[in-house]
Amino acid sequence: MTQHSDRITPALRLSGIQKSFGATRALKSVSLEIAPGEIHALIGENGAGKSTLMKILSGAHTADAGTMALGEQPYLPTDPNDARRKGVAMIYQELNLALHLTAQENILLGAESAHLGWIDRRAARERAQAALAQLGHETLDLDRRAGEFTIAEQQIIEIARALLMQPKVLIMDEPTSSLTQADTEKLFATILRLRDRGVSVIYISHFLEECRRLCDRYTVLKDGETVGTGVMKDATLDQIVTLMTGREVKDLYPRTRREPGAVVLEVKTVASPPRLKRASLTLRAGEIFGLAGLIGAGRTDLLRAVFALDKLTAGEVCLVGAPAGKAQPRTRWRQGLGFLSENRKEEGLMLNQSIADNLTLTKMETFGRLGWISASRQHGVAQRWVETLRVKCRDATQLISQLSGGNQQKVALARLLEHPSRLFLLDEPTRGIDVGSKAQIYELIGELAASGKAVVLVSSYLPELLGLCDTIGVMTRGELTAVRPRAEWTEAEIMRVATGST
Amino acid sequence: MNPPLKRLLTKLGPFLGLILVVALFSLPAEMREVFPTYGNFRFIFIQTVIVAVSALGMTLIIVSGGIDLSVGSSIALTSVVGASLIQRGWGPAGVLLVCVLSGGIVGLVNGVAIAGLRVIPFIITLGTLGIARGSAKRLAGNQTVNYDRSAGINTWMNTPTFSIAGDGPAWMPDFLVRFLQFVGSLPVGVWIAVVLAVMTSLLLRRTVFGRHVFALGSNETTARLCGIPTTRLKVMIYALAGGFFGIAGLLQLSRLGQGDPTAAVGLELDIIAAVIIGGASLSGGVGTILGSIIGALIMAVLRNGSQQMGWGTELQEIIIGVVIIVAVFLDRLRQGKANS
Repeated sequence: MTQHSDRITPALRLSGIQKSFGATRALKSVSLEIAPGEIHALIGENGAGKSTLMKILSGAHTADAGTMALGEQPYLPTDPNDARRKGVAMIYQELNLALHLTAQENILLGAESAHLGWIDRRAARERAQAALAQLGHETLDLDRRAGEFTIAEQQIIEIARALLMQPKVLIMDEPTSSLTQADTEKLFATILRLRDRGVSVIYISHFLEECRRLCDRYTVLKDGETVGTGVMKDATLDQIVTLMTGREVKDLYPRTRREPGAVVLEVKTVASPPRLKRASLTLRAGEIFGLAGLIGAGRTDLLRAVFALDKLTAGEVCLVGAPAGKAQPRTRWRQGLGFLSENRKEEGLMLNQSIADNLTLTKMETFGRLGWISASRQHGVAQRWVETLRVKCRDATQLISQLSGGNQQKVALARLLEHPSRLFLLDEPTRGIDVGSKAQIYELIGELAASGKAVVLVSSYLPELLGLCDTIGVMTRGELTAVRPRAEWTEAEIMRVATGST
Repeated sequence: MNPPLKRLLTKLGPFLGLILVVALFSLPAEMREVFPTYGNFRFIFIQTVIVAVSALGMTLIIVSGGIDLSVGSSIALTSVVGASLIQRGWGPAGVLLVCVLSGGIVGLVNGVAIAGLRVIPFIITLGTLGIARGSAKRLAGNQTVNYDRSAGINTWMNTPTFSIAGDGPAWMPDFLVRFLQFVGSLPVGVWIAVVLAVMTSLLLRRTVFGRHVFALGSNETTARLCGIPTTRLKVMIYALAGGFFGIAGLLQLSRLGQGDPTAAVGLELDIIAAVIIGGASLSGGVGTILGSIIGALIMAVLRNGSQQMGWGTELQEIIIGVVIIVAVFLDRLRQGKANS
């Protein structure tokens, strides 16, 4: 464990950092002290100023006021590359790899070993291998294309790239948001390894349990100010959540009153290659069905197959008892199904279109007369949802790309809710969004079930599944193997089944 | 399929395509006498050169995720520039230099506009397509620029490099003599294309510059994050490619024996098609020089074969259109399999 005393020079020290964009004060006064060789959690809701702070640290923005020091030296990065050279490297939440290039080429990108412009292939190989060895991943195939690796492996490639410059401080933004539990564990081992080599890690995550397990100390940001800092093991989760939200969040997972009704969905031994091999399930009105499993186990594929996005090669999907038949997503919407994609930015939303257009996309016809869209009616509907779900925005004409992740997700959900659906297929509805928005989405899901709708919820975040669902099924290698009531599951048991270990 | 075999097939794809079209045109009885002959192959090589040299530059651009529609106009402009200089008595070295430079300047304008104004390459080069064509016509006074055809440059696309007297030395086997005669019959322009192709291939595969071109096309955000000077890189890519188009313009001039401001209209589509048939991806990050050269050969064989069959240009256009779509579709199948 890291000793923290005033005599040790911090690896990184920020004080009184301020930053405004026009009239918006993104950072009012941020102070942060990172000791050498510690893992420091940076916690805060979306919009608390974490990303602005990280952009200042990585040189993408310049602070308006305040001081930064890296070790004994004042630290004033001019751009991300300068920050890297000075010893501050950043791993972004969205992975930054050139997928057509090999692992080795990606690790050395921008820092190639070369003589007069010609690549020295032996030196390149050695340096890439050395970086991987530091991470304990010597076995990674350096000649494979980055696009052929799993997300977890791609992340390792990116960390290796960061290590190439011998960073003193490594900033990781939501590194586990798209990892499975098993890969998360491996990543933690890697991060601990780095800490033991003296690298300071700033760890940004919405998963407080993770922060608690991994980090030595924490700093909480709220509305652009540092509102608390301390040693992780001395703080309770409730204390941290209270700091973050400025209010007490008592019950994150509300249990609404639900009456299981008639069967609304029956999935009979469906298969949809290459990933989905065999799955059967029955869902009743007023039920929340959780789907757990590792990434790539076929959870998303099952939802896609039910929603007729992928073709079935075996089995059938029955809605309210009758075979739903071969269909297209358009038919499914009419049949009362709603689907929320896990891939908000690429599949779920049209980023450069307005909130109103996104919200009403599935039923645009109903806003028109003879093909002309009534903008006022469309906006009226959108504005109502913006208010109901407390979407932070200017108004319903604002572009989706200008909203935070949590607010984008609320719009995506509103689109489903606006539709008279009876069955909701939700794929990772809370990925990458802040606790406040999460609580609201949990509440919504609870209310849906209470009003007699059925929900299938895919999530990699086990506390969420255990907190919300009535029934949980675990998928392993394309098969839905175990379906049991929630009371019969624990986190450990889900992981045991998901990883196929007995 | 095991990975090495799959990789080999991916690499051989365009090559198999080339063999297929050559074989198809050699099949009909009436074609056997005219199509698969040394004389005709020599002709095909010469026909390929201009598209092939341009395809080298275009490969750089397409791999980096860009496109250049102004090639045809650029070729016309440089051929007019070259012809005017020869008219004034310039020697081959000077003409070559100025042609490369003027092509480079068109490329530089493209690159600076694309990187500086942040407008997509399609629009910028659509604009320079008109600008370069207009400039060529203006410079040539709306007519062809004629010059004394005995000038050195005119031999580059027309005169055999060397010849072997009679049946060659007595010790030499017959097939070798015929092969050498064929090789010798090719003009210097073909060798220029071969040397440039080897150099560009090395540039793309073995240098930091080449690596950055791939990175830019694969993921521009990542490239910038990794400290690659993407703005400068784009300008360099378009300017360098422009230099290739300048050489292509000079070869065009050599072949026609005059500077024609209306030459190479629509040639950009042949060049882009050659690169795409060669396996490059229009979304960037994928492409090889060898592939593009084979793509250029396929285009030339298709045109030549169609002519020999007595099919009109309208039919040629339809055939080439179909081939482009089929090639990209096959490539998508191959990529899809490689990824799963």
